[in-house]
Amino acid sequence: MSIEARFRLDYPDFTLDVNLTLPGVGVTALFGPSGSGKTSLLRCVAGLERATSGYLTVNGQVWQDDARRLFTPTHRRPLGYVFQEASLFSHLSVHRNLDFGLKRTPVAERRVGLEQIIALLGIGPLLDRRPAHLSGGERQRVAIARALATSPRLLLMDEPLAALDLKRKGEILPYLERLHSELDIPVLYVSHSPDEVARLADHVVYLEAGRAHAAGPLNEILTRPDLPLVHLDEAAAVLDARVAGHDEVYHLTEVSIPCGRLAVSHSALPVGAPTRVRIHARDVSLALQPSERSSIQNVLPATVLDVQGDHDPAQALVRLDLGNGAILLARITWRSVAHLGIAPGIRVYAQVKSVALMD
Amino acid sequence: MPSDVDLAAVWLTLKLATVTTLILLIIGTPIAWWLARTRSWFKGPVGAVVALPLVLPPTVLGFYLLVAMGPHGPVGQLTQSLGLGVLPFTFPGLVVASVLYSMPFVVQPLQQAFEAIGARPLEVAATLRANHWDAFFTVAVPLAKPGFITAAILGFAHTVGEFGVVLMIGGNIPNKTRVVSVQIYDHVEAMEYAQAHWLAGGMVVFAFLVLLALYTLNRTGRNL
Repeated sequence: MSIEARFRLDYPDFTLDVNLTLPGVGVTALFGPSGSGKTSLLRCVAGLERATSGYLTVNGQVWQDDARRLFTPTHRRPLGYVFQEASLFSHLSVHRNLDFGLKRTPVAERRVGLEQIIALLGIGPLLDRRPAHLSGGERQRVAIARALATSPRLLLMDEPLAALDLKRKGEILPYLERLHSELDIPVLYVSHSPDEVARLADHVVYLEAGRAHAAGPLNEILTRPDLPLVHLDEAAAVLDARVAGHDEVYHLTEVSIPCGRLAVSHSALPVGAPTRVRIHARDVSLALQPSERSSIQNVLPATVLDVQGDHDPAQALVRLDLGNGAILLARITWRSVAHLGIAPGIRVYAQVKSVALMD
Repeated sequence: MPSDVDLAAVWLTLKLATVTTLILLIIGTPIAWWLARTRSWFKGPVGAVVALPLVLPPTVLGFYLLVAMGPHGPVGQLTQSLGLGVLPFTFPGLVVASVLYSMPFVVQPLQQAFEAIGARPLEVAATLRANHWDAFFTVAVPLAKPGFITAAILGFAHTVGEFGVVLMIGGNIPNKTRVVSVQIYDHVEAMEYAQAHWLAGGMVVFAFLVLLALYTLNRTGRNL
């Protein structure tokens, strides 16, 4: 189960040149600054942009192989595409927008019911309306439902939240997270927002100037010292977690992560539910001994991997190995580094001041 | 009161305008689509040729059509070899001339409508499994509906108002090529001002109603 994509696209002022093998399951974020070629890559995958030379297979199906003069046109590729602007057909009602792709999908290839999709995106009450009478967030939900209605083998999303304000973004993100957990469709998700990537992606490709600089599992890319993500103010590690129990007295939820347990604010998730936690580098402090007499209850033993400079000359960025491949970031002052003698290989206790449960 | 001859001229005019508009919608649509979407070097020259009747005196267009369709012209030779005779001074000849003369009034609104749609809705259609023809008829045409209405109204009205070209290649044959504008000219020549008034006044009312319909439809079209 994998997606192999090799594309070269030459424009007068820009060249896209990528050679990627991506997992054929889960959400893969194509992440990078604007102008890095994320959208061009997505359009090449869709066949909307004709690469100078290209090769693309999706879970065993060859969609494009220019060396063999093989090019499946967009309308014969079993994909769904969600554009940055919803781009609904203004002459059709919401219901007929949804039907447009559905009725062009052969019955044998339909695997998702329209009712399920309408319920998943909460658009039941909108079906008879015209796109002009929908809010931005509603339009984008209809656009996502319309793409899903064709039972795509691959869902391509080009910054589906970028044109929305913060409130609308918050309105759609939960639906995208449900999509991720309830439908078994691989997704390529273009974004320049570290927050969206942290919430939605399982796998990240980091693009810059038309080239893929790095690709790997989410937390590996978020914590890689040679990528700009670790130097953002909101630099964070994202760890897979599972709900272990609820503490009704103190309104807390206990989650287990690969290397310990964390208490977070009470969540409605049932015990055993998979989730993920995000821990910002600025919320992690280090101690050489576990401190019993501290307000910070979430303490994880760790080994220092490396210490490096940050954009603020007073701050150092420490990468910690929690064991089982889980990596955490801590942002502390250089004075603390010197004072505590923090160096690679040292055993420390990471005191986590704040943990966010992500879905 | 308008005479039978006047009514025959009105009928002929409406017939000419209807046939011309239908033909123009059929051949003008692909031309407008191509002009709206192509990046070819030919876009400029083709657009200019289509627009020529806007700036040429009708007599110039009529003169060259007369020469081309006459017994010794290239089109005339072709129609004769096909057993169709020659086109000048016949109703089909008028139709051919009207199609060329009114073409920019149909092609340009359609081209603008197609350009306004942009590439995005067609890309969306492709990602929803619609091939090019399917997307054209189910997405581009409905979205360009205001353009089609404008094109049809302008093409029809402009053909009704034609005079110079008709006179050059159609002459003045009752029931065959004598349209309203020519009939008015005849009445004035013969000092029959009352008769001329009926037809001329009718034309003014007709033109006003057409433009009123156009502006009203276009306003509601935008509000959809």
